[in-house]
Amino acid sequence: MKRQFMLGMAISAFSAGVAMAQVAPENVEFADGAIAQSLSGTAGNADDGKKVFGTAGLGNCVACHAAVIAADIPFPGTVGPALDGVADRWSEGELRGIVANAKIMFDGTIMPSFYKTSGYIRPGDAYTGKAGTEPLPPILSAQQIEDVVAYLLTFKE
Amino acid sequence: MKQRTIKTALAATAVLGLAFAGMASAEPVDDTLVIDGVEIVTKAAGAAHLDGALPEAMSGWHFRDTETRAMQADDFDNPGMIYVDRGLDLWNAVDGTEGKSCASCHEGPEAMAGLRAVTPRVDEKTGKVMNIESYVNDCRTTRMGAEAWGDKAVELTDMLALISFQSRGELMNVAIDGAAAPFYEKGKEIYYTRFGQLELSCASCHEDNYGNYIRSDHLSQGQTNGFPVYRLKDAKLTTPQGRFVGCVRDTRAETFKIGSDEFNALELYVASRGNGLAVEGVSVRN
Repeated sequence: MKRQFMLGMAISAFSAGVAMAQVAPENVEFADGAIAQSLSGTAGNADDGKKVFGTAGLGNCVACHAAVIAADIPFPGTVGPALDGVADRWSEGELRGIVANAKIMFDGTIMPSFYKTSGYIRPGDAYTGKAGTEPLPPILSAQQIEDVVAYLLTFKE
Repeated sequence: MKQRTIKTALAATAVLGLAFAGMASAEPVDDTLVIDGVEIVTKAAGAAHLDGALPEAMSGWHFRDTETRAMQADDFDNPGMIYVDRGLDLWNAVDGTEGKSCASCHEGPEAMAGLRAVTPRVDEKTGKVMNIESYVNDCRTTRMGAEAWGDKAVELTDMLALISFQSRGELMNVAIDGAAAPFYEKGKEIYYTRFGQLELSCASCHEDNYGNYIRSDHLSQGQTNGFPVYRLKDAKLTTPQGRFVGCVRDTRAETFKIGSDEFNALELYVASRGNGLAVEGVSVRN
């Protein structure tokens, strides 16, 4: 009985810790386009990140980016640069910043911002064509960003 | 930048060999569209008013695969031609309180030859942008005593197919000066505005990235000379503004409505970007 109570306390404390560590989209701090701090407070999972990378309804990164390491995901696009070796060229914080809002690192880039909720022109309700109300849900959650970053960190040459 | 991206992708293709088989070439295909022995102009010098934004105007036909291109080159294989026939039935059908059909006043549909190449255009009397669809509905309501067809009515796309077919091979020559000038400017502004949560403009894909792949889709210049288009994935005809709705929706934006001032201006502007390309009649795309 007492032990169960203690366990419950521990879980509560852990949950509270996670909630506090999560950074809301409007509170993200960029430094030279990079985000030093984890957005979710929980380490990213590269396997989950691969799903986000390749799934049309999630990140759909593959729609624009090819990479040898992701060659098992069909139909990579060519709109964005190939991502081979990005883990050699960019730090974790830089990759996080680029995924969250690439326009801060690359002014005017076509790349959508995946962790941004307002400041849009005619924002829609996802892909319905109907009006959405800002703040919109970000395209990816804090944890999904962390997962994609963890996956990208495996892109070494 | 674009060239480098393509090369990188091609290098990746060479390394992998498989999986990429469907996208062997990222460049538009060098081919000639000939229908019934008549060559259709699918490439033209970029319109001067674009100030070099498009060095060369290219029909979307060049961006489609071999089978799809061949389908359009043969009217018996072109599924869009069925709609031309249906449009002819509608042309001859009496409707409305005045007891008239299109044929009552215009005789054969060939009376419409040339119209598709110069529309959208601004009506001098009303100052409104008129495309084929709005001309048809204007005739129905003011002369036939019939109800206007809805924005997505199949009757309207059938008529668009029939009337566009009358101008097949004629070169797009949409006016952008005079009364059209303010609509051109408004359409241009919309064309370059990055809408929606994905913050994409028409130009993001169709000016800056034509020739590139976005997933399995080979991005074209988004020219409208081929419309109405039979889209294999939809198995039906699509109008220019019907496609605009889909494109804007896919930027996670609130779309404009078909027939809105915004889309009328955009249709005029986009059509003018293809001046010099031939009307294709009814095109086939994937």
